[in-house]
Amino acid sequence: MSILIYAESAEGKFKKVAFELASYAKKIAETLGTTVTAVVINSGDISELSKYGVDKVLKVANDKLSGFSAKAYSDVIKQAAQKENAKLILLSSTTDSIYLAPLVAVSLEAGFASNVVGLPLSTSPFQVKRNAFSNKAFNITEISSDIKIIGLAKNSYGIFESASNLSEEDFNPTIGDNDFGIQVESIEKGSGKVSIADADIVVSAGRGLKGPENWGMIEELAEVLGAATACSKPVSDLDWRPHSEHVGQTGKPVAANLYVAIGISGAIQHIAGINSSKVKVVVNTDPEAPFFKVADYGIVGDAFEVVPKLIEKLKAFKAQN
Amino acid sequence: MKILVCISHVPDTTSKINFTNSDSQFDTNGVQFVINPNDEFGLTRAIWFQEQQGATITVVNVGGAETEPTLRKALAIGANDAIRVNANPTDGFFVAKQIAEVVKNGAYDLVIAGKESLDYNGGMVPGMIAGILGYNFLNSCIDLKVDGTTVKAIREIDGGKETISTALPLIIGGQKGLVEEKDLRIPNMRGIMTARTKTLTVVEPIDVAINTKAVKFEKLAPKSAVKLVSADNIDELINLLHNEAKVI
Repeated sequence: MSILIYAESAEGKFKKVAFELASYAKKIAETLGTTVTAVVINSGDISELSKYGVDKVLKVANDKLSGFSAKAYSDVIKQAAQKENAKLILLSSTTDSIYLAPLVAVSLEAGFASNVVGLPLSTSPFQVKRNAFSNKAFNITEISSDIKIIGLAKNSYGIFESASNLSEEDFNPTIGDNDFGIQVESIEKGSGKVSIADADIVVSAGRGLKGPENWGMIEELAEVLGAATACSKPVSDLDWRPHSEHVGQTGKPVAANLYVAIGISGAIQHIAGINSSKVKVVVNTDPEAPFFKVADYGIVGDAFEVVPKLIEKLKAFKAQN
Repeated sequence: MKILVCISHVPDTTSKINFTNSDSQFDTNGVQFVINPNDEFGLTRAIWFQEQQGATITVVNVGGAETEPTLRKALAIGANDAIRVNANPTDGFFVAKQIAEVVKNGAYDLVIAGKESLDYNGGMVPGMIAGILGYNFLNSCIDLKVDGTTVKAIREIDGGKETISTALPLIIGGQKGLVEEKDLRIPNMRGIMTARTKTLTVVEPIDVAINTKAVKFEKLAPKSAVKLVSADNIDELINLLHNEAKVI
């Protein structure tokens, strides 16, 4: 009985979450005295997974799966789990993985805990800690079914190297027409270089910027940091920025390493959406802005003075490092 | 088209989060409960189908009698009738099984659920309903059009959008985008008056084998105070981010 992970790739390269899942799986495998198998769909070179402790890769190559399909991919993962007699299946929290996870859970009659923030607290009974109440609390969930599925919360574990001897095997699960009830007609990519979902650093700005014409410095700051740009809900509602940049409770969740909030006061709904970010920096003219209460670092100052200085200093810093 | 809109009864975001009973239960004392925000977008979109295409809307909640005011609010917004499955929503799979039963019994064409609820953040109910029934399922739905049984929709993906086509019967995991925030329907006087006379049926739950259980809750560790850096000393911020926080 092995642990099965779904190692996601995009354009033939593994996503960082795949390495995070592998690291997490390896740690549990060591505790339980078992191995880690990764199921991979249409990926190029799978050898990189051996750096993170994966023992076996089930390689699926199928033209029908060239675009993402939650039902078809969940069918692949289900068959991989059955083939490996996997009792623990690990998935990430990318948009695609959270889409297919409940389908896998139902098809395997497996208990599923999503948004899990660390290694299992115990394996017998099997208990995990997960985010709840919009990042204001945790709950400890026990999974009692024979097969268990964990959805690892974004940026909650880390990537750890562990060399392994990787064996690979071609895997041909049965895919039927009924797996493609959802047909993708077209895909439109966002304009930013880095998507909020994949970004390690997010630079976000709010009404304090006073108008959309002032966003140049935000985009420049993001560029220097290799960050994604984001905005508060009022800014999105005012159409100052694309709605896809809205982060917060009803916008996108952010669990970046660094979240920089400029001219955002810190409404509870905004904080709820970004609170899983590791380090929060707040720049605001108002020392009473609620955001300072949850920030790690802050500058009380005018964004129009602070941000240009920050850009200049960061460029110098990057040049030296 | 018969639409079923799933409504979660959740604490308002500004609520203080506390736990009782040795941290095994959420403390509802003094807490205001509301319709889950993701569900509100779905409900308003359903109202659009009702007004434009003559669809009917049933709202459903799995919960005890304390959730009925939230269901009545959904009726006041414009749903035709409501169903409450009389059971504690112990986990996502349990809730999905109850709703799947309601879907089967009522032969609904379109099921609109919120992608994730504010309280347990499970994000699994819409997908599980679809898995149980074998219906088409679209998550992260930010646009939805139905013509007969043909569906055109948009899914929000990491870094962009995907335009998809599918067919009824369909379950969607909805969110903001289905309608804009400014277009959210709120109850008006007439809605509130008629809500009182609309049908709210209570049904008993079906048996479900439990496979997960929330055993305990924990509040976040208290946060240490912010380290303020002078606007004249940006170098210090960069130093802290690089050497202390190690994020740049």
